[in-house]
Amino acid sequence: MTIELSHFSAALLFAVCASVVFGITLKNDWKEMPHYGAYCFALFVGGVILAGWVMWLLKR
Amino acid sequence: MANVATSTPTTAVQYPTTPMSIAALVVGWLIPGAGHLIQKKIIRGMLLMAAIFTMFFVGLGMQGKVYAFNTGDLLDILGFFGDIGAGGLYFLTRMNDWGQGAIHRATADYGTKYIIVAGLLNVISAIDAYHIAIGKKK
Repeated sequence: MTIELSHFSAALLFAVCASVVFGITLKNDWKEMPHYGAYCFALFVGGVILAGWVMWLLKR
Repeated sequence: MANVATSTPTTAVQYPTTPMSIAALVVGWLIPGAGHLIQKKIIRGMLLMAAIFTMFFVGLGMQGKVYAFNTGDLLDILGFFGDIGAGGLYFLTRMNDWGQGAIHRATADYGTKYIIVAGLLNVISAIDAYHIAIGKKK
């Protein structure tokens, strides 16, 4: 079986999985875990979008 | 008037290693999320298992490469240590000869990184299970 993902969908899936693990393992209080996971996800996706725009500017 | 410093003696909190903590570490490494499951942290264990299994098998599906033990290029050696973090998934993959990689595919490199990161996340997950078992974390 071969899975074909675009660059962006691969980055999104990576962000989801890594954020779940970071949220659970890096916080002690279970109430903080979803917030921290969402924060990590936002940073991952924000970083991807920012890096995309930087590469677009470098290409011009 | 001289200030008298009131100092309280600081005592380091001890977290003794128990058989359960060793079991949580080893089982958590061999089966992603299982270190939490054996401590009845069902939701956390299932989420960790889903995240790590997904990353690992999507990486394989993207034709990612699984590194064998090697003494060659430094990045290959580091790739092996990342991959072996996935524990049982790594051994399963090696036994079935999966993850040979396909360098002619652009997404295969993503797959390789997915597999390495799944292994590294599994190490974090197993250490977290250990911390729960010794009482350092709830």
